Amino acid sequence: MNMPATKIEVETAKPASAAAPVVAMTPKRPPRSETYARMARETAVRVIPPLVVIALLLLVWELVCRRAGSALPPPSKVFKDTKELILDPFFDHGGIDKGLFWHLSASLQRVAFGYSLSAIAGIALGVLVGQSVWAMRGLDPLFQVLRTIPPLAWLPLSLAAFRDGQPSAIFVIFITSIWPIIINTAVGVRNIPQDYRNVAAVVQLNPLEFFAKIMIPAAAPYIFTGLRIGIGLSWLAIVAAEMLIGGVGIGFFIWDAWNSSHISEIILALFYVGIIGFVLDRLIAGAGKIVTRGTALN
Amino acid sequence: MTAYLKLDHIDKIFTRGAASTEVLKDINLTIEKGEYVSIIGHSGCGKSTLLNIIAGLTNATTGGVLLENREVNSPGPDRAVVFQNHSLLPWLTVYENVRLGVDKVFAKTKKRAERDAWVMHNLNLVQMAHAKDKRPSEISGGMKQRVGIARALAMEPKVLLLDEPFGALDALTRAHLQDSVMALHQKLGNTILMITHDVDEAVLLSDRIVMMTNGPSARIGEVLEVPLARPRKRLELATNTTYLKCRQRVLEFLYERHRFVEAA
Repeated sequence: MNMPATKIEVETAKPASAAAPVVAMTPKRPPRSETYARMARETAVRVIPPLVVIALLLLVWELVCRRAGSALPPPSKVFKDTKELILDPFFDHGGIDKGLFWHLSASLQRVAFGYSLSAIAGIALGVLVGQSVWAMRGLDPLFQVLRTIPPLAWLPLSLAAFRDGQPSAIFVIFITSIWPIIINTAVGVRNIPQDYRNVAAVVQLNPLEFFAKIMIPAAAPYIFTGLRIGIGLSWLAIVAAEMLIGGVGIGFFIWDAWNSSHISEIILALFYVGIIGFVLDRLIAGAGKIVTRGTALN
Repeated sequence: MTAYLKLDHIDKIFTRGAASTEVLKDINLTIEKGEYVSIIGHSGCGKSTLLNIIAGLTNATTGGVLLENREVNSPGPDRAVVFQNHSLLPWLTVYENVRLGVDKVFAKTKKRAERDAWVMHNLNLVQMAHAKDKRPSEISGGMKQRVGIARALAMEPKVLLLDEPFGALDALTRAHLQDSVMALHQKLGNTILMITHDVDEAVLLSDRIVMMTNGPSARIGEVLEVPLARPRKRLELATNTTYLKCRQRVLEFLYERHRFVEAA
């Protein structure tokens, strides 16, 4: 009973499927102006709310601090006081009397140096702790204690050891940012799926190939989490460390401005510190996104 | 009978602290060159452990595995595994996943261009050459498993080990892949050892079916020859009496004599 019915269906289906492609070929692309309008709308949705909030905060700040005898300057006064610093960040009158660009670049150089060292050492130690049970048992308790020491507590010790501000500041960056890198790398390495290890074993990768081809890509999402936390911590630490060691650098610029009661300059410097911290974080996050493409989604 | 792959008195005991469980007991099996052997049993009977021992990923407590009369106890490309969950590296493309093994195995014997051609040849065998630049996350489950098979085949293994290769696939894809594996076996004459828990799959694909008793201390309960001529056609076999008899035999073993005892 069923058979003839199926047959008829098959026969009628054929011409229909042959005709289908002809019908489907009607290109319908939205006009270009529409795409632009949509892009503009999407940008507006993301840009307008923070702008409104900032405008409101500035307004409140202005209203609160405009009264005479107020301890902190209102935004209008901050802008008036620091106009020169904003407009000419590149001046250099010798000593520490430099434009903000030089202060920021000195701080960034210290961070770049200390952070690079801690990234290399942190990933290496993290791999060791993640791979070897004995290294973990031996080192992990030590790391857990050391990582709780506040960055500045290391400074006197490193000054005593290095007898110079520059390496001490770099050491503080290093010691501050290394812990999250070690710990996250170790977790990432420990979490490499057994399947990947089996594949490596069957293919007979040697330890070096395993490290480069399996371990680093597989642990990359974790490693980048650590690197991202690390860069944030190093930027936090550098400002504090520079206040104490002096010289050129955004931290000492802030301290110097406080000593000479240039409150507006402090506010400007804080603004720059915040923006740069944000950019550094985005940079590492962006690098992570490029490197770990494909790894996160399985 | 010439033993190509020989499992010689394999026992496996897992020890955790003071407690120890005997998973496999006295497994003996010889496999001829070009043979397709399936190992079937209820879940938890240790068939995956057995495959891991053959692959060298775990060591037998006593006894050993002989391949061409030589003992093997560490993993290697001569016993390539197709893993149940494909285990493709997600950060590599389809091509790179196959190339990884090829580069290692043929580092000395094949030139760069030859290795490239060999990778493409194997991707063509499983009809995946069109997706060579895709990442595993961009292809379907069946396609991933095809690439897994290509990766294993490309290492030119002496024995191809399939660990429930179709377990995670839907019924239609599974049937399609089973046909592909059958065609590959026909064409290349590989020696294949497959773990499965699907009775139809075992009867359709195998020359012999090894039935395992329930664990702990799982043994080989029975070995059934499947005297069906190749090439086999799925649709014709559905009414073939030999096929149905074999199927019946395996079902009886699994569901009457060694019924799966659920853990209370």
